[in-house]
This record gives sequence, C-alpha cells and structure tokens, in this order.
Amino acid sequence: MGPIIMLVVLVVVAAWLVGAYNGLISLKNQTLNAFKQIDVQLKRRHDLIPNLVNAVKGAMDFERSTLEAVIQARNQAVKVNATGPEGIKQISQAENALSSALQRLMVVVEQYPQLKATGNIGQLQEELTSTENKVAFARQLYNDTATQYNTRQQQFPTNLVAGLAKAQPADLWELEEQADKAVPQVDLSMKPKV
Amino acid sequence: MSDDTSLTLFQQQEANRRRTVLLVIGFVAFFAWLGFGGDYIYYLSTRDAPSTVYHHVFPWFGIALTVIALLTAWYAYATGPEKVLWSTGARAVVDPTDPQEKQLVNVVEEMAIAAGVPRPRIWIVDDPDPNAFATGTDPLHAHIAVTRGLLDLCNRDELQAVVGHELGHVKNLDVRLMTMLAALVGAVALMHDGATRVLRGGTNLGGGSGGGSRGGGKKGGAGPLLAILLVVWILSWILAPIITQILALAVSRKREYLADAMSAQFTRNPLALAGALQKIEGAVAPTTAIKRGAAHLCITDPLGRRLTAREGLFADALATHPPMAKRIAILRGMGYAQLKKEGGSVA
Repeated sequence: MGPIIMLVVLVVVAAWLVGAYNGLISLKNQTLNAFKQIDVQLKRRHDLIPNLVNAVKGAMDFERSTLEAVIQARNQAVKVNATGPEGIKQISQAENALSSALQRLMVVVEQYPQLKATGNIGQLQEELTSTENKVAFARQLYNDTATQYNTRQQQFPTNLVAGLAKAQPADLWELEEQADKAVPQVDLSMKPKV
Repeated sequence: MSDDTSLTLFQQQEANRRRTVLLVIGFVAFFAWLGFGGDYIYYLSTRDAPSTVYHHVFPWFGIALTVIALLTAWYAYATGPEKVLWSTGARAVVDPTDPQEKQLVNVVEEMAIAAGVPRPRIWIVDDPDPNAFATGTDPLHAHIAVTRGLLDLCNRDELQAVVGHELGHVKNLDVRLMTMLAALVGAVALMHDGATRVLRGGTNLGGGSGGGSRGGGKKGGAGPLLAILLVVWILSWILAPIITQILALAVSRKREYLADAMSAQFTRNPLALAGALQKIEGAVAPTTAIKRGAAHLCITDPLGRRLTAREGLFADALATHPPMAKRIAILRGMGYAQLKKEGGSVA
C-alpha cells in the first residue's frame, strides 16, 4: 500500500507542477504578445501623423505652434521607441506626450467650423480617433494580461514555480498624471476611459 | 481583469466546446432513435407475418438516418456561418468608401485589439431595424454583422459597445454553439417537413394494407409493446422541431448577460452599451431580414416578440433574450460603480 500511495502523491504533484509551469509560460507569452501589439499600433500612429499634419497645414497656418508640438512629440516618440522594450517607462512618457499633443490638435480643429466642414477633415478625425483608440485598447489588453501574469506568479502556490519558469513581474503601462491633466476636459475624441 | 474572470472565460470556452459536442451527439442519437426505432417497429409488425411476405430484419432506416445525421452535422459545422449570413442577406464589407462603413471597420478593429482576437470579417445587413449578430466556429473564423439601422441609430461609442458585445460571443466561443444550433435547427425543420410528407403518404399506404395485417397481428404477443413504441416514435417525429426550438431558446439567454459584461470589459464604458440597448429597444420594428432560425444569435430579439419585455417563469422559458430592462439596469450599475471610483483607476 505504502509505495502505491507515494506514487499517487508523486503523480499528483508532478501533474500540478506541469500545469502551473505551463500556465505561467502561457501567460508570459501572452504578455509579450500584448506588448508587441502596442508596438504595432504605435508604429501605425507614427506613420499616420505626418499625413495628418500635411492635410491640415494649409488650412491651419494660424495654429502653427500646435502642429509643431505634434510633430515634435511624434519625432521624440519615434526616437525613444527605437531603444526597445527595456525603456518602457520612457516610451510611455513620450507616447503620452504625443497623445496630449494630438488631443490639443483635435480640440483646435473642433474650434474652426470651416475646417470641420470639409469632408477630408472629418475622415482624418475618424482615422485619428480610431488610431488613438487602437493604441489605448492595445495598452488596456497589455495591462490586463500583465496584471493577470503578475498576480499569478505572486499567488501561492504558483509562486513556488515562478522561479523555475523565470517569471518576473511585468511593468504596467502607466498613464502619466501630468500629461493627463494638461489635456482640456473636453471629450471630443470619444476616447474610451483609459 | 482579475485572475477569476480569466478562469471563467476559460471555463466558458470549455463549456461551449463541450456543449457543442453534446449537441451534435444528441442530434445524431435522436436521428438514430428515429431510424432504428422505426426499424424495430417494422420488425415487430412483420415478425409473425407469413414467410411469403417481406420480413424487416436488417435496420436500413436506422443506418440511413444515422449517416444522414452525421453528414448533416458535418455539413452544418463546415458551412453553418455562411448559411446563417446567407439567410440574412448580409453583404461583406471589404474595402469601404462610405464613411459610416469605414467607421464600422475601424470600430471592429479597435474592439478586436481590446479583446485580443484576430479581426473578424465584417458584414452589413441592409435592414432599417437596429440589430447585430456574430457567427463563426472559432475566433479565427468569425463574422460580425450589423444592420444598416444600427449604423444610423448609434453613435461611435454605442456602436463600439455593440461590437464589443458580439466579440464577447466570439471570444468565449458562444458563436460555435449558437451557429451549430442554428444550422441544426434549420436541418431538423427541413427534414421534418420532408419526412412528414413521406410519412403521410406512408400511413395512407399502411391504412390500405393494415386491414390485412391486423388479423395476423392479433395472434402475436407484441401488440401493446408495438403500440407504445409506435406512439412514442410518432411523438418524436412531431416534437422534433419544437424540442430543437426550445433548445435554441434555453441556450442563448444567459449568454447575453455574459457578453454584455465582456463588452463593458473591452470598452470600459458600460453606459455606452446601456445607451445602445435603450435605443435598440426604442426601435420596436422587427428586423425583417433575420428569420426565426438565426434569432438567438442576435443582440436583441429580431422578431420583436413582446416576451422579451417581461420577466417571469413563462417568459423565462420562451424568450430567446433576457428582458432588456434588466440588462440595461445591470450595465448602469456597472457604469455608476466605475464613475464612483474614477480617478484612482489605471487602465
């Protein structure tokens, strides 16, 4: 009897080990994948901005500083992004700055009805809204997945396998308070509450 | 999203996989019963007949019906989504030029990112009544369809919330079960119509020859068993479409609450879905393009049945969708809870 019970216990423990380990690895890869998604969406946004600025440049000669702020923020974001995923704090800072510059531009566009009247601007606005949403939702998915991954690796008893799976807490994509406050409280972009 | 919700998502997917398998097994078993039961009845009634008359010994009906059921199930799985879309007259949105359609594509792309699933194919049903549905077999082969009325009625946030609801159905594999059910309900209805015609012809024939065999049957002891079997068997034929309909109803109601919650999780804006549902409910006209067979796939009952408006045992048993007021109330509750803790919350 003794050996059989030992064997059963061993098998159960081994099965749990495999399950917990695989669960952690799966979450780790999901987190990495979600991070890649943000990257994809940010690149999309960086590619879109020059077109957008060109489209409104002629009609918005009088708002040169707003446009320049957008371009500057975009170039800064592209530069920081080239450093890779290690600098997640810096990247999120640069991207938040870009987001607020873009939101200011949107508010300015709203203030000039003659600008809005042309269908072109309406389409660009839709594109911009969608791009901003895509970035926001990609971050949301990353944060959700990373939180789940972090929770799992810290919870008992999964934390016992965390070292084995080389699981380390993933950084969350934080919303910069400063940048958030700089944005006027006018929700024209219909952005989701991030 | 906490660890718990991910577990329930996983459980939900597992449950849907399991239920789809059970549905197919039940479907095939039911047809096997119809076939082999008929064989057995035929066998009993010809057993005592004189040797010159035909004796039914090999279960031809059973084998034939089981094979037909298996083929139907396979065909339903392979072509179910296309059949559902075809039955509603939806058209694919491939390269939109219309700003409304462009917006729909954008919104679906956004929600696919939020849900972490590949972008589904997008369809529009040219119907003035607001409604939406999702179909497909898994997130890789998923379709989302909305009516023209929904595009006209809802603002961007509300459209997003409705698409989020449908992607919730896609992500937790509701679509697989519901599409299978729609395809099989359709198949049963079709076969039932065909079989009824054949049976009616058959009983006429049986009535003609029955006079002759009745004299012989009295000697055999199989009389009561035969009668009971025959009654149960005929009842099964009559009840088949009703049973599948009730199945379709029972399977879809609880899922709507769950998909509402998933939409709120994706958009972080439950009030938008509440607003959309309110607007959709306000437009009482039934969605004429969507027939009974696909009704349980929709975000709101396309047949405009008043049952959906009420609660209670009767409505609970017969409506395809939970009461709209209850769904809106739950979403509002989520929205106010969110507003209350606004400020300290991160993504």
